[in-house]
Amino acid sequence: MNSILYILVLSMSTPLLIFNDKGIYCTAANVYIDAWKPVDNVIITHGHADHSRWGHQRYITHHHNIPIIKHRLGDIEVVGVDYGETFSVNNVKFSLHPAGHIIGSSQVRVEHKGEVWVFTGDYKLDDDGVAKPYESVSCHTFISECTFGLPAFNWRPQKEVFEEINQWWLSNQEEGRTSVLFGYSLGKAQRLLKHLNPDIGKIYTHGAIENMTDVCRQLVEFPATELITRDTTKKDLHGHMVLAPPSAHGSTWIRKMTPYVTGSASGWMTFRGARRRRAIDQGFVLSDHCDWNQLLEAVKNTGCEKVICTHGYTDIFAKYLRTLGYDARTEKTQYEEQED
Amino acid sequence: MKAFAQLIKTIDSTNKTNKKVDALADYFSTAPNNDKVWTIAILSHRRPPRPVNTTLLREFASALADIPLWLFEESYHIVGDLAETIALVLPNVESSTDKSLSSFCEDLLALKAESEATKKAYLTEHWTQMDYYERFVFNKLITGGFRIGLSQKLMTRALAKATELDEDILAYKLMGNWNPAKITFQELILEENKADYLSKPYPFYLAYALEENISDLGNPADWSAEHKWDGIRSQVIIRDGELFVWSRGEELVTDKYPEFEEFVEHMPDGIVLDGEILAYPNNEIGSFKDLQTRIGRKNVSKKLLEKTPVILKVYDLLELKGEDIREKPLAWRRQELEKLYKKFQNKISVFHLSEEIKFNEWEELIAEREHAREIKSEGLMLKKKNAHYGVGRKKGDWWKWKSDPFSIDGVLTYAMRGHGRRSNLFTDYTFGLWDDEKKELVTFAKAYSGLTDKEFKELDAWIKKNTLDRFGPVRSVTPHHVFEVAFEGIAKSKRHKSGVATRFPRILRWRKDKKLEEANTLSDLKALIPK
Repeated sequence: MNSILYILVLSMSTPLLIFNDKGIYCTAANVYIDAWKPVDNVIITHGHADHSRWGHQRYITHHHNIPIIKHRLGDIEVVGVDYGETFSVNNVKFSLHPAGHIIGSSQVRVEHKGEVWVFTGDYKLDDDGVAKPYESVSCHTFISECTFGLPAFNWRPQKEVFEEINQWWLSNQEEGRTSVLFGYSLGKAQRLLKHLNPDIGKIYTHGAIENMTDVCRQLVEFPATELITRDTTKKDLHGHMVLAPPSAHGSTWIRKMTPYVTGSASGWMTFRGARRRRAIDQGFVLSDHCDWNQLLEAVKNTGCEKVICTHGYTDIFAKYLRTLGYDARTEKTQYEEQED
Repeated sequence: MKAFAQLIKTIDSTNKTNKKVDALADYFSTAPNNDKVWTIAILSHRRPPRPVNTTLLREFASALADIPLWLFEESYHIVGDLAETIALVLPNVESSTDKSLSSFCEDLLALKAESEATKKAYLTEHWTQMDYYERFVFNKLITGGFRIGLSQKLMTRALAKATELDEDILAYKLMGNWNPAKITFQELILEENKADYLSKPYPFYLAYALEENISDLGNPADWSAEHKWDGIRSQVIIRDGELFVWSRGEELVTDKYPEFEEFVEHMPDGIVLDGEILAYPNNEIGSFKDLQTRIGRKNVSKKLLEKTPVILKVYDLLELKGEDIREKPLAWRRQELEKLYKKFQNKISVFHLSEEIKFNEWEELIAEREHAREIKSEGLMLKKKNAHYGVGRKKGDWWKWKSDPFSIDGVLTYAMRGHGRRSNLFTDYTFGLWDDEKKELVTFAKAYSGLTDKEFKELDAWIKKNTLDRFGPVRSVTPHHVFEVAFEGIAKSKRHKSGVATRFPRILRWRKDKKLEEANTLSDLKALIPK
């Protein structure tokens, strides 16, 4: 089967996008997307470190992603575009479309000689109230991440999850404990912040989250936060909420919150083992990626014939898509599998 | 069932032992009595016998989830727990059920004998009436193995809290053979009933490994030392003219060791001995491997009895003349045991005494431990002379001081995803040693423990990037990393490709300083086999 595919691919002209040792590459335009090694021209889907790396010559990304990657990468040469705005390089038409993953995240649409490819970057179909919601883009070939491409992953509506999180905060407060909630400093932290109920108490932040949130405040409105500094006392924090990056778990920094209860918001919290391994008290299943059914729905909505599965449970998802009649295969990338 | 599922959810959502115990104590204070009995049974590994085999469970679940079986299997490899996988892949539903835990358990007892079609209909009906946690708990009742970070000891503590009964007395009541389908909470926990106690063993007292310096234990004169025998920890009970042999796993194994009938033929009633069952071929202590031919066989053939007889190496006396003497100091119990031994050693050939090692200085013990292996001992045991016989594992009075393990440098060749808290992480490893030409790596051991969580994470990421091939859940990886693998015992084996079987292999350390070529050879390993 694979060898037949291979011959078929060889017999056609060079594919519009190829996967080489530097990233996803459009030969016709000499442009990379989310390259993992330094290149001249790169389109960046979103601000997470594995997709927007340091060292490229010229960056192209959505307007809203510019302050984010500048915050992370410093003074880079970057051009901003709007969603749906088409720009051409060597007769190849590119445009960015909302991916719903985090603020400023995009899918990349590539069109050449009537053929359309879409690379999703990271994405989810649910409207999280922070990122511009995902929009389906019709294409012939759909390059999809599948971080959670397994039928074991079924997200509940975020309204239910946030009711649970706010309830958790409230009951910790009643027991006289501080709530420490872990989430990545870009994306998850802002999504949590947006939906925490500020009537329950104050929302304190770790420095990494405070800084990134400051950047995001230019683009979206969020409840007030207070940075934890050396002058913050245990008493100040008592019963309130602390947003911290996962790396803060088990650090000396966290001792200041005592007595505290830990929670983590991630798609990986689906697994009991994952929560126990991280020694987290309470896991909340909340992801910025598609779950199993969302992935299937996304593929279907594009009307594509070919699917290329990148990072995640690629083999399994591609195999299942083939049983549904898609021409599906996998490609290796250097995007993190475990990040959420 | 709802209340029980809620309990498991509460226990699951805290990492703090006290909170878990409190939640369970609350449950014991409010649940109906027959649900309490089943809860105790489930948390002490007495669930109903598996009514549906796992092959059928997988089929039924993937049919209901409307996914192909292979996709279910792949999900299972990643989730790492069957009950959890089923609970996750099934569609969420609106309806619910108020059926109690005990009536579900009774259903499951009856379901075992039913036809496949009835089983499928039963499971499908109830799966579609449960939320995620109820489904998970229900599946666990079927598949067994409730690992929720709550040991039997903690369960007993919660029960003590709820009933205001003494924890040690409860531990004693919960031991032995009782059937949750037949016993009431009144009978099991609240009533005093002498006849029930006939077969009951005492909770085993367990030792911690000695990690500090031996001289930190203080005055050598306060301590008794003996060899640590590598067999099956057991209690032999003689009461009312009957013999009961219990293994540490709380399993009644009397039938497996018919030679122990000698005890009841000669000894008076009201005696409980604590010791180690050891293989004794050719009138000398055998290896654990010899003993394995006896474990797990209910009907022992005459031939096997002759080839691999067993003895009981006794080191403690817990009951004498029908009286519980665990509160007496060790020195006193030891004296009584030696008296018994003197009296019966010639009549009861399977009765062996674990001799005390005479010593005045710690240095003498250090020397004794050096040659423990030569006499088929695993190391030494140190017991405080004035200590009573405790319940469970308590620090301070009993220490095990094992001989340093064997160790060898092997190469990581295969990896598999772990289970439980290591689900979705590659943490189960296979190691190889070089053949004599250093051309090929021959598998010699599998190990699952010994790395820190941080190292597991690092190695997991490396494995995902350096996979050569996949065989279902197993991945072969580029030979690169060298690990020092430790193990307790080593013997020749025809069943292993390497020709060698190691006992309790585990990772001692990640030898990042060693190159692939510097790993040991199979000949190096074989040289460790005792002559």
